[in-house]
Amino acid sequence: MRFDLSETQQLLKTSARKFLQQECPMAEVRRIMETQTAYDESMWRQMAGQGWTGILFGEAYGGMGLGMVETAVAMEEMGRALLPGPYLSTVLMAGVALDAAGSREQKKKYLGRICGGQARAGVALQEDDAGWGLESVRLEAVRNGASVKLRGRKQFVMDAGVADFLVVVARLDGDLALAVVEGDGLDVKAAAGLDLTRRLYSVHFNDAAGELLASGPAAEAALRRMLLLATAGLTAEMLGGMQRVMDMTVEYAKTRKQFGKPVGQFQAVQHKCADMLLMVESTRSAAYYAAYALENGLDEAATAVSVAKSYASEAYREVGNHGIQIHGGMGFTWENDVHLYYRRAKATELLFGDAAWHREQIARRVIDQGEAGGSDIR
Amino acid sequence: MDLTLSPDELRFRDDLRSWLESSGLEEWRREMAGKKTLEERFAHSRAWQKRVFEGGWAGVAWPKEYGGRGATLLQQAIFLEEMARAQAPPLANVIGIGLVGPTIIACGTEAQKKRYLPGILSGDEIWCQGFSEPGAGSDLAAVNTQARLDADHFVINGHKVWTSFGWVADWNAMLVRTDNQAPKHKGLTYILVDMKSPGVKVRPLRQMTGESEFTEIFFEDVRVPAENVLGKVNGGWNVAISTLMHERNTLGASLHVNFARQFRQLVERGRSLQRNGRPAVEDPLVRQKLGQCYAEMEIFRLTQMRALTKVNESGVPGPEGSILKMFWSEYNQRFQQVASELLGPYAQLTEECAEAPDAGQWAYGFLRARGNTIEAGTSEIQRNIVAQFVLGLPKSY
Repeated sequence: MRFDLSETQQLLKTSARKFLQQECPMAEVRRIMETQTAYDESMWRQMAGQGWTGILFGEAYGGMGLGMVETAVAMEEMGRALLPGPYLSTVLMAGVALDAAGSREQKKKYLGRICGGQARAGVALQEDDAGWGLESVRLEAVRNGASVKLRGRKQFVMDAGVADFLVVVARLDGDLALAVVEGDGLDVKAAAGLDLTRRLYSVHFNDAAGELLASGPAAEAALRRMLLLATAGLTAEMLGGMQRVMDMTVEYAKTRKQFGKPVGQFQAVQHKCADMLLMVESTRSAAYYAAYALENGLDEAATAVSVAKSYASEAYREVGNHGIQIHGGMGFTWENDVHLYYRRAKATELLFGDAAWHREQIARRVIDQGEAGGSDIR
Repeated sequence: MDLTLSPDELRFRDDLRSWLESSGLEEWRREMAGKKTLEERFAHSRAWQKRVFEGGWAGVAWPKEYGGRGATLLQQAIFLEEMARAQAPPLANVIGIGLVGPTIIACGTEAQKKRYLPGILSGDEIWCQGFSEPGAGSDLAAVNTQARLDADHFVINGHKVWTSFGWVADWNAMLVRTDNQAPKHKGLTYILVDMKSPGVKVRPLRQMTGESEFTEIFFEDVRVPAENVLGKVNGGWNVAISTLMHERNTLGASLHVNFARQFRQLVERGRSLQRNGRPAVEDPLVRQKLGQCYAEMEIFRLTQMRALTKVNESGVPGPEGSILKMFWSEYNQRFQQVASELLGPYAQLTEECAEAPDAGQWAYGFLRARGNTIEAGTSEIQRNIVAQFVLGLPKSY
């Protein structure tokens, strides 16, 4: 038994951090977040050069073929850097959905472009009722020869403004279906949100033509896989973000003086810092385990993901609360970086199910279905 | 990352499981349930320790030359988990095996090792640890029990409190003051005291639960041979701290098993108890709270695995180890509260009441959990330690 990153995983983490420190310092984050779409073409090309856009996809499509733990480690560093742009939506959402649902030709056509860094993409899942579950999917798909026509509205679609194509979750004859939409018939409207580094859109589909990827149980399985991987990746990203908030805050507490002493010498401040560490390390345990459980196909993988997301959703926000509080008046200013993470914390809390939603998923599995956990007798 | 057991670890676990099957554990467990007083329960766990010792499973992580099994810290954690899963009676000499023995192995002379270690493993000599005093709790280095050298003996005068097993211990591993002029950390000595010495008086301390797990011990001109000093005179602080830090990581290894058992028990209760006209486990608020408990329980188990990995490989606990005590003690208080909310009026029934669910464990657990954030270092002291030693913030006192 060994619960720690392997040497190569550690190496990947170190090189990702170095790369991001160099290419994406906070000044660059701020520059990119002021743009219309929070997207930077040259940054994306460099990330593709690192292989990140194809990190967990097969070499046949130009991917690196790494596992979910490696992906989580890379995303942790992206979260630490507060990397702006469509990585989550393109790779962990659209990429994973295509990988799970697409035919060989479709993967060549769409996933290949994602791996190579030529395309940005997103997944249109949620609708007006704001439900996180698949039961909320209502957008209608109608057969039109070999393809489908889509009509209706999607909400909270990440990075649709820079997406070359969207994977749309719809109902086809009442069944779940996945289709790729590229081109006309879309009305994409920005939905200004708290997180300036990752943009949301509402998307109208006016009889937009879609290429069907899968329908029925195959579509549902692909969607569930996408949601699990994307949520696990997101949790790792949240981990990196809260670690950075803690690091900045502890550093500040060592240098900021009041009453002739560093404020970090006062126990009221120290105990908040200790709580931040507790939340960061607890999130690390949960996030790494979720990635590990998915990579190894463990029975409790879905529960592990819900454990991680329910915990991280509250921990990131709370670490942000402590961080801003300890920074005092400075923490409330625009020029201080903590609020940029705090905004990300709130936005990620509301992604793929908040803490309460995931607690209910845990209850369904461990109470209703009697799923065994790691501490139970086996 | 590989969370499966290695072939060695698997063999170790399976050996232990088959030994447990042949040990007549069922009978031991049943008898334990029938024991009512603290004394009866202790005598039973002492007999069980003898059985475990004869089976070669006492002191699993101790080196073979000292009667141990020479297992890794990971295997020791597996041992503790398996014993908890099997609901085996506890080993009577917890302090001896977990704390004093490893300290003697690390800091003792050959003669001391020969003299004390066999009795610790067999349970023939029970140990307690005399650290805390009325004036030295969180501030342990303020220990003020005096030890004055008189020829080849130390003469001890003072007062120790919160001493677990003090009422039954044969020996006491004590921290005493041997130099009043030196800085407080540098005038302490770690010394092994025979509890049958003239001048030792033990008084039980009754806790808010009604039990007396702890004692206070008075020392009046107690003469202890100077050869009983462990390590150097005035070098006691380092002796005490070195193994305490090391052991903190493995002592809690079986806790998550007990947490999980209680969680499952509570869920079962929640299937028959009603809330707003339906089973409590169908109530949205109850489900939220149980879901949160499950998440925290899992995280505790996982963080423990990370801490074990760190200690096993480097011998030094990482930052994850330092948050474990805070985490589990505060978790248990939250969990006991959730249990109370689910059980409703049943939550208050104690073991004397035949109607009490699970033999009164919930009423007891609610009270007992209050001690968790105080014993073995308060949550406040743990946070001070984390702030200072892990995060590098300046010392506050």
